[in-house]
Amino acid sequence: MKYTKEHEWLRVEGDLVVVGITEHAATALGDVVFVELPETGTMVTEGDEIVVIESVKAASDILAPVDGEIVAVNATLSDNPALVNEDPLGAGWFFKMKLDDLAVLDQFMDEDEYTALIG
Amino acid sequence: MTDLQRLPLHDLHVALGGRMVPFAGYEMPVQYPAGVMKEHLHTRAAAGLFDVSHMGQVILRPRGDMAALVAGFEAMMPVDVASLPEGRQRYGLFTNEAGGVLDDLMFANRGDHLFVVVNAGCKAQDIALMQAALAEVAEVQPVTDRCLLALQGPAAEAVLDRLVPGVAAMRFMDVGVFGDLWISRSGYTGEDGFEISVPDAAAEAFVRDLLAMDEVLPIGLGARDSLRLEAGLCLYGHDLDQVTSPVEAGLAWAIQKVRRAGGAREGGFPGAARILRELAEGPARKRVGLRPEGRAPMREGTALFHDDTAAGVISSGGFGPSVGAPIAMAYLPAGLSAPGTAIEAELRGKRLPVTVCDMPFHPTSYKR
Repeated sequence: MKYTKEHEWLRVEGDLVVVGITEHAATALGDVVFVELPETGTMVTEGDEIVVIESVKAASDILAPVDGEIVAVNATLSDNPALVNEDPLGAGWFFKMKLDDLAVLDQFMDEDEYTALIG
Repeated sequence: MTDLQRLPLHDLHVALGGRMVPFAGYEMPVQYPAGVMKEHLHTRAAAGLFDVSHMGQVILRPRGDMAALVAGFEAMMPVDVASLPEGRQRYGLFTNEAGGVLDDLMFANRGDHLFVVVNAGCKAQDIALMQAALAEVAEVQPVTDRCLLALQGPAAEAVLDRLVPGVAAMRFMDVGVFGDLWISRSGYTGEDGFEISVPDAAAEAFVRDLLAMDEVLPIGLGARDSLRLEAGLCLYGHDLDQVTSPVEAGLAWAIQKVRRAGGAREGGFPGAARILRELAEGPARKRVGLRPEGRAPMREGTALFHDDTAAGVISSGGFGPSVGAPIAMAYLPAGLSAPGTAIEAELRGKRLPVTVCDMPFHPTSYKR
């Protein structure tokens, strides 16, 4: 598992990368009440705002961590956005991406580095 | 940047896991570990305890007779102060010459004086206003050594009556003194409940006694906001401000007949020309409830459109945990204010359907 400074986690699954937000981020956001997901097939560029999350408190964006294609989204979140709080590392995943080269993930933090970041 | 003030119970909030944020010049708990959603739903199901000690508590003590104080206070508001019996509380609004709202407040007749509770953000302004307007008839005495708590929800009566026998007999907007506690049956959630002024020195023990009861959870500002929004109640600075009249805000119910055209004490308050005209002719715009289609919350500042023409802006909005859907309030032209009117809101570059609806969004349960 890799982590971004924006508190996303990235998990390699075959030739895809699954993306979600960390427990730290989910707790900080508060109760999630709405998730707007991208369409599958969308080509995204690193830094694109591709998911909108609304908690009871505020709206936040999830950025594309790397360039690639959105090949799957967790449609369950549309009806049950609370999954982001209940199981952020599992059932609360957002989307799966196909990358040209998984090696780009090497730039991201491992678990120890992320744990140090959030102190 | 001015330094933030701390609540007398600051350390207790931190010990309870409260996440402290700046609000109206104070460090306030926005939520506790349960989170906004659970805190909101718990208040509607059992009892929630709020620390609202940031609000301004003020005693108006007459220099001579009460009648002069009452007349002076009435001259600040389009509200009937004179008929308020001892032991009762009423909602009031300070208005300006343009008919806008300077603050909304609660005032109580406590026999030989009035007790006023004002918004934290307007406290300094309100005290100065009252000192200027009432200089000859009253001493304006800010109460600075007492906490203000709110206990809200269907279990509030049973819970508080265990600690303070007798409060169960109070009705909505009654006030009473119970030992060193000043209690009113009122609140800001749409639920039955009480607001309790307690001396600082006794506050922590009192709060711990309340929190020791199974029904009671501490509730932060986040849920306070979603609860009042569902109840259709205005938040000053958002749904009310110096350019918005009480009539536009749907608060004409707070302007009793006696202060209206033809009443025995007609007018005589700041902004009377506009407010009386709007009462007679209807205001040009009105505060309305909105139900966005879908699940995306629409927050303050969201622009509204009708037939591609700008129609207004959301003044408060978010997710209503008890409604289970997004809800909002906005000001719209009177012609678009009828429940059922279809308009659009612009969210992240898209126009989304929104329907004007009645308020409250969640039924109130005051004990009248």
